[in-house]
This record gives sequence, structure tokens and C-alpha cells, in this order.
Amino acid sequence: MRQRPFEDRYTAGWQAFAARLDDLERQTTSKNALVAPLLSVAALPAAYRQLCQQLAIARSRRYSDSLLTRLNQLALRAYQQIYRAPQRRWSVVLEFLTGDFPRRVRADAKLFWLCTVLFYLPLLSMGWAVYQAPELIYSLLSPESVADLEAMYAPERIANDRNASTDLAMFGYYIHNNVGLGFRTFAGGVLLGIGVAFMLLLNGMFIGAVSGYLTARGLIETFYTFIAGHGAFELTGIVLAGVAGLKLGWAVAAPGPWSRVESLRQAAVGGVRLILGVVTLLVLAAFIEAFWSSNRAIPAEIKYTVGALGWLVIILYLTLAGRRAS
Amino acid sequence: MTLSVSPLPLDTLCHIEIPEGIELSLRVAGPVARVLAWSVDSLIRYGALWGLFIVLAMLGAGGLGLWLIILFLAEWLYPVLFEVYASGATPGKRTLGLKVVHVNGTPVDWPAALIRNLLRAVDFLPLLYGCGLVAMVCNRRFQRLGDLAAGTVVIYRDPPAAAPKLPPGPALPPPFPLYAAEQQLLIDFAERSATLHPERQAELADLLACQTSLYGVVGVERLCAYARWLAGEET
Repeated sequence: MRQRPFEDRYTAGWQAFAARLDDLERQTTSKNALVAPLLSVAALPAAYRQLCQQLAIARSRRYSDSLLTRLNQLALRAYQQIYRAPQRRWSVVLEFLTGDFPRRVRADAKLFWLCTVLFYLPLLSMGWAVYQAPELIYSLLSPESVADLEAMYAPERIANDRNASTDLAMFGYYIHNNVGLGFRTFAGGVLLGIGVAFMLLLNGMFIGAVSGYLTARGLIETFYTFIAGHGAFELTGIVLAGVAGLKLGWAVAAPGPWSRVESLRQAAVGGVRLILGVVTLLVLAAFIEAFWSSNRAIPAEIKYTVGALGWLVIILYLTLAGRRAS
Repeated sequence: MTLSVSPLPLDTLCHIEIPEGIELSLRVAGPVARVLAWSVDSLIRYGALWGLFIVLAMLGAGGLGLWLIILFLAEWLYPVLFEVYASGATPGKRTLGLKVVHVNGTPVDWPAALIRNLLRAVDFLPLLYGCGLVAMVCNRRFQRLGDLAAGTVVIYRDPPAAAPKLPPGPALPPPFPLYAAEQQLLIDFAERSATLHPERQAELADLLACQTSLYGVVGVERLCAYARWLAGEET
């Protein structure tokens, strides 16, 4: 059969098929009601397979380029309608957080301990060093920032000079900064993990230096009551962002039997799931930091207790949650 | 008669094999179209953020906090949400006629959209998508690092093409045998001729004057007549 009779025979079917695809595509973007469906959904796969066969025939008979392009376009649109990822319910997020996330963290225990060392070692050593010699803080911070820091945790600062609207401002600031930092740490992992190591070391040193300095200056109560509440979630979030990033870096550096790109692709699938958990932890931390930690009216004992409970919860969660098969 | 049909295509088609046992081709988008799409998106995003800032700043510190949250969402999740829920295209990509799909041609899902957009942070380094551009020109599918990790490509969303009409006229069987590829070339020429001006048509038809011994408009007419016959029109 030559091209013209072939086209004449099938054009009506192609047009009906294209009209049906228009409907389906509009539905995915704007949820419009169906406009007089020409083909039922059940008939779509059969019509699609027919179209694929017609395209194969047209190709083998070397029909003109414009016909092949049109058929290819039509087949591609139908392919994208038929082979789409299943629509997920929002409850998968809950299922993920109650089981899959802690399981994934445990599966990457080695990377977790590596990141823990990369983060807490500079934190503790810098903290101890600055506690011994407070002037060391100037190697990391400018004198103005140090003065700001001291003013911020000064005990004579009027209790509760912050109100609901400044709390909200700080919440926005923590979300933008901390969750953004988590994302950047993850992305930085692609560069063979160097970005991750850099982020963890730098943040560890910085947090350690500030803690050491404020402890040495005797601002213990104002500082530690502030960080007690959200510390567990924020510090763990940072470490886990490091784990997600190092997964990428390790996949690129040591791809094993796969190509580097394929290995990166596989690691990213797991890494992005860890990042979802990290986001949850960091948002939770930002919420506590903005609305609980900043409240100076709460007695120190309660804050320390809540802080310790936070650590207990996070440790139990990461070690025990999701052990029973669902 | 021998016409040389180049075995190596000059276009940016990338072929995928689908479960129905045939290959489909995707037209992959290069850096220029994608930079333009990104610029449109940036204009939309930062324009809206700027407008919101003026409004929210009037609400005091609380408004600022709200604005920071929106800034965070606009920086990280704006492309993700559009790619997942608006058939793979942010407004910028839609303007440029682009969309994101998996390398196997299926629509992007949540994990892939998240990966490719979170890794923007690295593609953006050292400045203005330096890494991304280097990665893009290093592979055949113009994938930046985020695309490589997510297994996605940016393709053209071609508008549905109308069937071209062969110019009307008589149909003549060609007096010489033609290979299938050569037949296809003649039909392609006739179908395209409506989009070419007469001088160019004649110029192309003159290349075959050694076979038809006809030049200019007459040569074009003769080739179209052969094409009509080859396509199967009645004489």
C-alpha cells in the first residue's frame, strides 16, 4: 500500500485518537469535564497499540517524514498518558515517616556515623578550644557579630521582648535558612562529597565556637535554655542531610559495577527520600526554635527536660521505628 | 540514480524504546531554549516575590516571616510543583514549548522532579549554571547534573502538526527505478515545497536535472508529479 491510501484509511481514527488525547491532557492540567469522549478510556490502550503498529508499518515502508513525525507525536502523547506514575495518596508521607525513613537511616548507618564524626568532632573540639581561649572566636566571627551574639543572650534582656509576629518572622527565617542549608548540603554531595564535608565541618566549627564562647562568658542559662528545645531535631537534621549528600558523593566516587551516571541515579532515589525526612526534622526544629525556645517565660528546668526528651524521642525513633514489617 | 542520504542525523533526536516494541523519538532541548525558559521563570518568580514583599512588609515582622517562607517555597519548590502537576512544564518552559520527562519518555514523578530541582544548587555553581552548562554539553541529551541524577530530559512539546498537502496536479510514474529512501526524499520534497519559495524549489529540482532533463519550474512540476504517483495518488 502506498502512502496516500494508507493515510486515507486511517486518518479518521488518528483524528479521533488525537481529540481524546486533547481531553486527557486538558484534564491533567485543569480538570475540565470531558468534552464528548470519542473513545472510552478502556478502548485507549487498544487504539494506542494499533497506532504503534501503524507507525511501525509506516516506518518500514518509508513513508514521508511528515507522516512519520505526526504518528510519532501522537504515539508519544498516548505513551505519556498510559505509562504515567500512579497517583500517590498523601498518606504515603505518613507511612514514609513512620517506617521507611528510619529504616533508610539505619541502612546507611556507616554514613550516618561518618557524618556524625564530621559534624560533632569539629563542634566539640572547637567548643572546648574556644572555652579555654575565648579570643579564638575572632578567627571565625567578626567583633561586631560577637557583640551581637553577646547582646542576644544577655540575661538582662527583657524577658519576652519578642511577640507573636517576631516569632513568625524568625520561623520564616529559620525555614528559609536551615531547610535551604539542608538542601544545599544534599546537592553539594554530587561533587564527590566534598561539598558535604565542607558544610558539616564548617557548621560544626561555627556552632562549637559559639557555644564555647558563650559558655566561657558565663551566659550559660540564656544560651542553653534557648538551644535545648530544638537542638535534637536540628543537629540530627543537619547530620542526616550530610548522609543524603554523601550517598550521592559515594555513588559518583565508587560506582561499583554501574556507570557513574547510573550509580548516581540510583543513589539519588534513596537520597531524596532521606531529604524528605530531613525537611520534616528541620521544619519541626524551626517551629520549636521560633515559638518555644525563644519564650523566656518558661522555667529553665522545663526547657532542659523538654530538650532531653527531644533527644530521647529522636534516638528511639531512629533506632526503633519501622522495625515491625507493615 | 544515487542520492546520498546522510546516515548521521544532524538533529537532536533521542530515541526511546517503548514496550510496544517500537522506537519513539524525543526532540531534546538545548541550552539556549532552557536558559530562556529559566529567565522567564525568574522574571515571574522574582516579580511576584517583589510585589508580595511590598504588600507583606506593611504587615510588619510577621509579614516578613511569611514572605521568607514564600521565598523558600519559590526558590526550591516552584519548579517541582509545576513539573509534577502541570504536565512537566513551569510557566517558563510552557512559554518556550518545553517539558520535562523521564529519559524513558514518561511524565516526571515527585522524586525525579525533587532531585533535578534540588541539584540546581550544584548546577548553578560557580555562577549562573556553570556546572550545569558544562554537564549539558558533555552528553548527547543535554542533561545537567540534576537531570543526570534524576534520569530526566527536557524535550520540546511540539504543537500538533497539520498533514501537509501535496501540490495538486497530475501523477506520473518515475521512468527510473528508485530506492525506498529516494522515493521518500521525493515525497518529502513535494510536501515541503509549499513552504519554500519558487526559486529555492527550482534550485533543489535542478539538482536532479541530470535525471529529468528539465530545469526550473517545469522540473519542479515533474518531480511533484513523480511524488504524487509515489505517494499513491491516482493518475
